[in-house]
Amino acid sequence: MTPTVTPYRPSERVGRDGFLQVLHAEWTKFRTVRGWTVGMMAAALMVVLFALLVGVSSNQKGSPPVPIGPGGEPVTDSFYFVHQPLAGDGSITVSVSALKSSIPKAPGDLRPGTVPWAKAGLIIKDGTRQGSPYAAIMATGSHGVRMQDNYVNDTAGPTGPASAESPRRLRLDRSGDTITGYASTDGTKWTKVGTTQVSGLGSTAQVGLFVASPPAVGGGGTAGSVSTATFGDLRTQGGWAGGNWTGSQVGAKSPTFAGYPENAPGSFTGSDARFTVTGAGDIAPAVSDSLPTGGHLRNILTGTFAALIAVIVVGALFITAEYRNKMIHLTLAASPRRSRVLVAKAIVLWAVTFVAGSVGAILATPLGLGLARGNGVYIFPVTSSTELRVELGTAALLATASVLALSVGAIFRHSAGAVTTAIVAIVLPYILIAIPFMPASVSKGVATVTPGAAFAVQQTLVPYDQVASNYTPYYGYYPLAPWAGFAVLAGYAVASLAVAAVLLNRRDA
Amino acid sequence: MRLALHAEWTKMRTVASPLWLLLGTVAATVALSAVATSVVNCTARGCGGDTTKLSLMGVYLGQAPVAILAVLVISGEYSSGMIRTTLTAMPRRATAFAAKAITLTGVVAVGGTVAVLGAVLAGRLILPDLGDQALSLADGPTLRAVFGTVLYLILIGLLSLGIATAVRDSATSIGIVLGLLYIFPIISGTISDPDWQRLLQQIAPMSAGLAIQATTDLHSLPLSPWAGLGVTAGWATAALLAGGLLLRVRDT
Repeated sequence: MTPTVTPYRPSERVGRDGFLQVLHAEWTKFRTVRGWTVGMMAAALMVVLFALLVGVSSNQKGSPPVPIGPGGEPVTDSFYFVHQPLAGDGSITVSVSALKSSIPKAPGDLRPGTVPWAKAGLIIKDGTRQGSPYAAIMATGSHGVRMQDNYVNDTAGPTGPASAESPRRLRLDRSGDTITGYASTDGTKWTKVGTTQVSGLGSTAQVGLFVASPPAVGGGGTAGSVSTATFGDLRTQGGWAGGNWTGSQVGAKSPTFAGYPENAPGSFTGSDARFTVTGAGDIAPAVSDSLPTGGHLRNILTGTFAALIAVIVVGALFITAEYRNKMIHLTLAASPRRSRVLVAKAIVLWAVTFVAGSVGAILATPLGLGLARGNGVYIFPVTSSTELRVELGTAALLATASVLALSVGAIFRHSAGAVTTAIVAIVLPYILIAIPFMPASVSKGVATVTPGAAFAVQQTLVPYDQVASNYTPYYGYYPLAPWAGFAVLAGYAVASLAVAAVLLNRRDA
Repeated sequence: MRLALHAEWTKMRTVASPLWLLLGTVAATVALSAVATSVVNCTARGCGGDTTKLSLMGVYLGQAPVAILAVLVISGEYSSGMIRTTLTAMPRRATAFAAKAITLTGVVAVGGTVAVLGAVLAGRLILPDLGDQALSLADGPTLRAVFGTVLYLILIGLLSLGIATAVRDSATSIGIVLGLLYIFPIISGTISDPDWQRLLQQIAPMSAGLAIQATTDLHSLPLSPWAGLGVTAGWATAALLAGGLLLRVRDT
């Protein structure tokens, strides 16, 4: 008598061929291959380790303190100030009949040049401390008359440059905390440029003439410039103590902080109503260029690059390994609807990578920031929601890059080619962006059309219209908004996934 | 050994990918050098830097196909199972491994020389005539830079071969090699401490090895040109030793 054997029959479940089963199968494959789990952990670890390395190895203990504006943002605040105290309310009027700038071609070799945001005008400020509240009205190199206050606010007034034939007359009134700026091009008809509330000026403020001259931007770098303005018809009303005008340099003369070219110090000559004032520097929010010692969140997450390579390798292997060991036959026999397999793989891979990347980035950011700050590095401030966006954006960048590698792997069916293509598509743009002398148009183009555009999710700096600077990806300014840049990479990933699905359906495995 | 070399040369010659990768090396090197020399601002006084180094900049990119070629030389055999045939035919594994390394060296030397000379030629054609500063192979430091760059490419090939032999998987090996090459420069770009920067430039296989391309301001380099190439040679030797040792002690 033959013994009866009950054949093994898996219990019939509803939706046997359901998508969840495919998803579960792919998840089981992923978690049971040790190399892939290790690869994901390595990716998370890279992000953390490089954050620690960047934090430990930074050293800015000797650098001068960064001036902070009333809004808590880092600012540039250095200029030449010819001032008198004003107790209580009052007003001041002046005409600017010339504003000439010079840019050094070589050290010590000053040549006349155009500095669009060179500034000459009237300012009311709470003393000469850097970062203190102020309001000012000014003639500029090529942006007409502007009224600015507290570093970030900027209002346009009458256009055109100041000249001897057409001097710009400026007036600043103080009434309590309310500062009003007026401008006139003919001396009779005055237009109000702006009114602003400036708190923290104190009962006695320093008021007078100022000249600032931000560094000239060109050739991927900057050169300190200096400007000289001619003032006339200086008149005051209100609580003025009288006496002599005092000339002061606000801010350090260090070249790092928008200082003076060689042999061109700040100065003023004249008395009574006519003055010639020479100054350099700027009164503006700090940007990457003007605060080169400042760090930003992107630097802490440098390990993204190493993690990218790890997740690209795992992503490509997730499909090409099946082709190599013929597992793909079994996979497709078990789940004949082929595009489902690919989608299931993409979902599992994206989710796993996103989790690994989030863990890495969320651990790395506070550790790296803490160590860097401990070493005296000033970090451009970000809100906690921006910080979270950078962390989750980095994780999404890693996850989407690994799905791109998976799709390319499904197209090539060969790991070497897939890994190389994915690395070249994402890492090469990163390297091209990281070359400082790359022309701005090229580096912006690279950061717009290649999958490398996704690095925009790590940007935390904002460009300012009233500050001329190198707003290129190298300095941390991307042409696309954070999630728009990410969408470019996502587009590449989805498109290549679609191509892979079509090919998978058409070809024999 | 002669038979082993002949066998390896036949394998290299009869597969399409090595030739394409070598052509890729030449194309990438010349193209990047041409771009680098055309974007630089030159005045009558010079191009504000080391023109030799600038013309040879293409190897930043050209080394990647070399690394992939070297990885595929061994990991291709592992993925197709060919390695068993190879080691059955040549049971002395050290000999088989040495034959691979020698064949690779020869192939990369030829491809690398074409690539580097192409880059120099592109530099000469694109850069304005600088008189006595012009690129010339008769100039000692320039010749050293050109010759050293070819040696550098060979060393990168050997480093990749060693790593791929130890790892036995092409995707992982390519990831490790490209990471090793490109991560150090990116890290040293974000680090602000000059001592750390210098240290990284001294130990990184790419930054150290490419010191061989410097022809001006030699005293300001983190380490001298030949010492730099020596560091890369050290990396390659270590990788080859590790790969060779693992090949001997492991089953395929």
